[in-house]
Amino acid sequence: MTQQCFDIPYAMTLTPIAVGRERKLVTNKRPKVSEQTEWMLAVRDSRDRDAFSHLFDYFAPRLKGFIIKTGVSGAQAEEIVQDVMLTVWRKSAQFDPHRAQVSAWIYQIARNRQIDMMRKDARPIPEELKAEPHQEDDAMQILAMDQEAQKLKHAISKLSKDQRVAIEQAYLGELTHQEISDQSGVPLGTIKSRIRLGLERLRLELKGLRS
Amino acid sequence: MTHVQHHIPDAMLKAYASGNISPHFATLVAAHISMCEICRVALGAHEAVGGALLDVTKAVDVSSSLKTDVFSKLDAPFTPKPVFDRSGIYPGPIVQAMKGQEPRWKSLGMGIRQHIISYDKQGSLRLLYIPAGQAVPEHGHNGLELTLVLQGSFSDETGQFGVGDVEVGDEDLAHVPTADAGPPCICLAATDASLRFAGLIPRMLQPIFKI
Ligand SMILES: [Zn+2]
Repeated sequence: MTQQCFDIPYAMTLTPIAVGRERKLVTNKRPKVSEQTEWMLAVRDSRDRDAFSHLFDYFAPRLKGFIIKTGVSGAQAEEIVQDVMLTVWRKSAQFDPHRAQVSAWIYQIARNRQIDMMRKDARPIPEELKAEPHQEDDAMQILAMDQEAQKLKHAISKLSKDQRVAIEQAYLGELTHQEISDQSGVPLGTIKSRIRLGLERLRLELKGLRS
Repeated sequence: MTHVQHHIPDAMLKAYASGNISPHFATLVAAHISMCEICRVALGAHEAVGGALLDVTKAVDVSSSLKTDVFSKLDAPFTPKPVFDRSGIYPGPIVQAMKGQEPRWKSLGMGIRQHIISYDKQGSLRLLYIPAGQAVPEHGHNGLELTLVLQGSFSDETGQFGVGDVEVGDEDLAHVPTADAGPPCICLAATDASLRFAGLIPRMLQPIFKI
């Protein structure tokens, strides 16, 4: 799938930044963010239903596929998808593109929802960061988060099938290492080292992105 | 923001991100993240991995009514879940675990007090109050114990722990934590098993105090 990109409108509001000896406007660099981020910002800032419709079409089927992997039935998965997408709409003000990619933000909502359904008490979540007053969107920072997400996806695509399965299980389920081992018939030590190897590789990729 | 020196182990942040963690530990992790920007960012990295996995998940068609259902609810009134703010020395997740109530301290002798927040077969979550200069009787651990300092500080064989710091105790750590001079040390302790005390009397008290 090709990743179509849009110009980021916020760049227009940015002040000049120093680049080398000359000063350039950020707008000259025409930073682009992914369409998912663009949609999410349109939902957050202008309650844009068309953008939400695009977000739904992109994420709902992926969420369903993701949740089914935890052993939940298709019907139950759709119930969770519905709750997650409604939360995306209702809590869009909490989306901070400087700190999280859209997919990471939605992943966290989906995990919270699934855990809450299994327990009687709501899952404890960290305090929200207090928003700094008059905080302007920083287009370059948003772009950097987007690019990191792209590289992370690329890193995942380079994993072996075994590593991919092990990581999915680590990030998906209500599954302990022992349960993973029981399910796949692979000894515990092997599973642990697979997860570790896979994660080490991801971390190296991440490290490269952050240095 | 205080200068946190001792953080949540990365494996536990991953388990928190994916929901593979008991509610007792989850409360402590969420409380620490409320106090620690470093672990908040590290958790964000794990959520980014989860988000990337969601992004590359094979889409599964959702039923045609799902989108209509979600859109029909966008304008419906809803009651947001209560948000628990920090109260004094207690970060939001601890206030949430205590259901907004003040701790009801019970004396353990020697000026030490505790308030058990929750206790079940998965372990326990409790607050400890240790007067300055007082040592907690030597104890080992049947499983894992995480201690988060909320007020004052304590020291033991492994170092000094101030506000925001987390000490990780496992089967190998038999320690005598002693509250430092200054205000009484108040900690949140989460375990996945009962503690075993070396002294006879504390062991006899164990069933009574559920520690
Ligand atoms: Zn930390």
